[in-house]
Amino acid sequence: MAFENNVDVEHPVHDVRMAAIKNFEEKGFPSKKEEAWKYTSLNNIQKIDFSIFPKQENALEYKDVKRYFIHEIDTYKIVFVDGIYSSYLSETTHDGVDICLMSAALTKPMYKQVIDVYFNKIASKDESLTSLNTAFSREGAYIYIPKNKMPKKPIEILHFSTGNEASLLLQPRNLIVVEENAEVQIIERHQSLTSNEVLTNAVTEIFAAKSAIVDLYKIQNDAATASLIDNTYVDQKDKSLVKIHTFSFGGKLTRNNLNFYQNGEYIDSTMKGVTILGEKQHVDHHTLVHHIQPNCESHQDYKGIYGDSSTGVFNGKIIVDKIAQKTNAFQKNNNILISDKASINSKPQLEIFADDVKCSHGCTIGQLDKDALFYLQSRGIPEKEARALLMYAFANNVLSSVRIPELKARINKLIAKKLGVNLGFDL
Amino acid sequence: MAYTEEELKKELETKEYEYGFYTDIESDTFPIGLNEEIVIAISKKKEEPEWMTLWRLEAFRIWKSMEEPTWANVHYDKPDFQNISYYSAPKSADPNKTLDDVDPDLLEMYRKLGISVDEQKKLQNVAVDIVVDSVSVATTFKKTLAEKGIIFMPISEAIKEHPELVKKYMGTVVPQKDNFYAALNSAVFTDGSFCYIPKGVRCPMELSTYFRINQAGTGQFERTLLIADEDSYVSYLEGCTAPSRDENQLHAAVVELIALDGAEIKYSTVQNWFPGNKEGKGGVFNFVTKRAICEKNAKVSWTQVETGSAVTWKYPSCILKGDNSIGEFYSIAVTNNYQQADTGTKMVHLGKNTKSTIISKGISAGKSQNSYRGLVQVNSRADGARNFSQCDSLLMGNECGAHTFPYIEAKNKTAMIEHEATTSKIGEDQIFYCNQRGIPTEKAIALIVNGFSKEVLNKLPMEFAVEAQKLLEISLEGSVG
Repeated sequence: MAFENNVDVEHPVHDVRMAAIKNFEEKGFPSKKEEAWKYTSLNNIQKIDFSIFPKQENALEYKDVKRYFIHEIDTYKIVFVDGIYSSYLSETTHDGVDICLMSAALTKPMYKQVIDVYFNKIASKDESLTSLNTAFSREGAYIYIPKNKMPKKPIEILHFSTGNEASLLLQPRNLIVVEENAEVQIIERHQSLTSNEVLTNAVTEIFAAKSAIVDLYKIQNDAATASLIDNTYVDQKDKSLVKIHTFSFGGKLTRNNLNFYQNGEYIDSTMKGVTILGEKQHVDHHTLVHHIQPNCESHQDYKGIYGDSSTGVFNGKIIVDKIAQKTNAFQKNNNILISDKASINSKPQLEIFADDVKCSHGCTIGQLDKDALFYLQSRGIPEKEARALLMYAFANNVLSSVRIPELKARINKLIAKKLGVNLGFDL
Repeated sequence: MAYTEEELKKELETKEYEYGFYTDIESDTFPIGLNEEIVIAISKKKEEPEWMTLWRLEAFRIWKSMEEPTWANVHYDKPDFQNISYYSAPKSADPNKTLDDVDPDLLEMYRKLGISVDEQKKLQNVAVDIVVDSVSVATTFKKTLAEKGIIFMPISEAIKEHPELVKKYMGTVVPQKDNFYAALNSAVFTDGSFCYIPKGVRCPMELSTYFRINQAGTGQFERTLLIADEDSYVSYLEGCTAPSRDENQLHAAVVELIALDGAEIKYSTVQNWFPGNKEGKGGVFNFVTKRAICEKNAKVSWTQVETGSAVTWKYPSCILKGDNSIGEFYSIAVTNNYQQADTGTKMVHLGKNTKSTIISKGISAGKSQNSYRGLVQVNSRADGARNFSQCDSLLMGNECGAHTFPYIEAKNKTAMIEHEATTSKIGEDQIFYCNQRGIPTEKAIALIVNGFSKEVLNKLPMEFAVEAQKLLEISLEGSVG
């Protein structure tokens, strides 16, 4: 069973796993009858007979996968191939900070203190897919940044699947602990290298201590046969700042569950996303910000462009507890439908129990401005490029807050590719 | 003797709220419980034709197979459906009962509403003759309206007198199987209003129904069916009150509006059911299904002021079926003490160039919970659909809650949908400003709340707007310490 290659019933994690299995057995896969899964059906996924533990290891050459890395800059890399750690492609460190493997962290005594305090502490024990991951996850990234430290370079976490199995279920489990006044930048990407079915059910726990800064970028540009269910849980303490950017361009079915718990004052939580879909793709952004303490802020800004027969879902929930006075919570969701068969379901949701708060949410669904399009065309820009330019502008608010220039350039290229144009410049 | 419109208007000004329906004056209450016999008995009592009895029975069978929904953001003890009497006509009042027996809180409320003692007696239904009086008023209007071809009568009479209309339209907007409470209503509804406006007629006055729950231990299930034929116009008012009781009373109404090509319906509600006392005891459960269907170029506008009820659970909706049809929803929901409200609207865009506007103002005070829940759905064939929604919440005190659950579903690329929501509180500087100018805090709050709800209040017919403003003041009384 998973981390426990030799089942050690004495190990504390064993109990955690047993409880998780029990919860999953009780609940099963979520169905559309559940409010949180109203617009996303897992029926098709459940029909596939996934293999959970691949039988043989597969090595990849760096040159074959180089294009999936942000290779223009130097980064720490944690790379998994079919769910198994690839030391050949990775670059980990223990120099002041720990950037290594979950399996090592769980078994080696030197990490026990951290694991005891943080492992599975904020991840839901109730949600069935998180439980499934807790029970069977095999590997993942372990990042520990001590007080006042900052890694020298950004960290990339990459998951490749090679198609050795006809259909593969991956369940990575990440733990990111950023101590007081420390800072970290992480880029995460899942990539399938074949057209075989892959389902990733990932769980990430992030703990940001006092005044910590965490920047997490999720790049979702996977093959059309890959599905991803991403569960991210963030625990924030006083004055911490956590920003998560999600760029969803690929994949068959993508479900992002971002859960922020503000356990302190003067916290800032930011969630931004750009979604550009085509074909029959489906992306479901599900966010939760729980304002538990006073004087905190949260910002959400999601832009979506939906073409062909794609479907998009945005469900943003903000809960403001009774004592969380002076909360400022803002949420914005703008969508453009560019095809008759595309559809969007948006459900911004506020649950407010405190009176001295400023909360707002806005949601729009519309088209590209015809006048603006005409303006560009009248100046000799072909319609296709003009449309792309307007869509760039639409998404730019989100892109402008990406703090790694090389990453921003990369995302620009991905957007241009997705829109099928070459504008000859980066925004 | 024909009435002129002028005379009618005058009469309306003075007699607006006497226009209530009481179908039977004899004391008559069915035993508690619900089974097929009771459904048949209600139908018999109403001397209904056989098709109606069968329709009710079908609804009852559907209801039995349904479960009470639990998705709303409200918590309450589920009503025991076998512990309710499903038919109760106003009893002859105890002749010894006088106004002195009436809850002084309620009297005070009426005083503030500006209702004279005579009217208080009527509202309390203390003496039976006034009910008779009220019925006769109704008849007068009926005759005047009939000259224009307008049919306005209790639905029980309409079933007998205009079966072709009732049969054609009843259940077309809210079918029996629509939801748990609609099914229950379809099986056991006792009365309600029926209204038909013929082609091209502009109804010269506001039509109004005043609902009351009188008896203890009864549920009220009324059904309103309003048909506006091509190019007609009607403005309809609905008011509700109930005496204070310790127990919870159930009110499960169904309102169906049919706006045919080019018709316009304005439907205004001031709902002031008994909200329960300060400890949250008693009060009315208000579980209502209201829906309108708009054909080509038709327009339906819902305006509601919800101040009463312990638990409110209602979503006046518009199905914009015809091209160029328009749906509007203006709502103020005020909750205080332990009240809970889960209200909003559904706008379903089916036709081309359909438009909808949603303005919802929620005000929560005390320990209350106020939710807006709405759906804006644009179907794939609804080219050029346009929606604008705005939901604002005002919180008073830190023990109440305000929630929004908007669902937005777009399947057409030409759809334009905007949704905005804000939550805020009354600014201390605003109150200070008023205080400084000699306006006491309580008045200042009323002023600010009125300003906050102005967009909706403006949509109400004149007389209602005045009443609604006063109601807002009363509902929020004592909410600021």
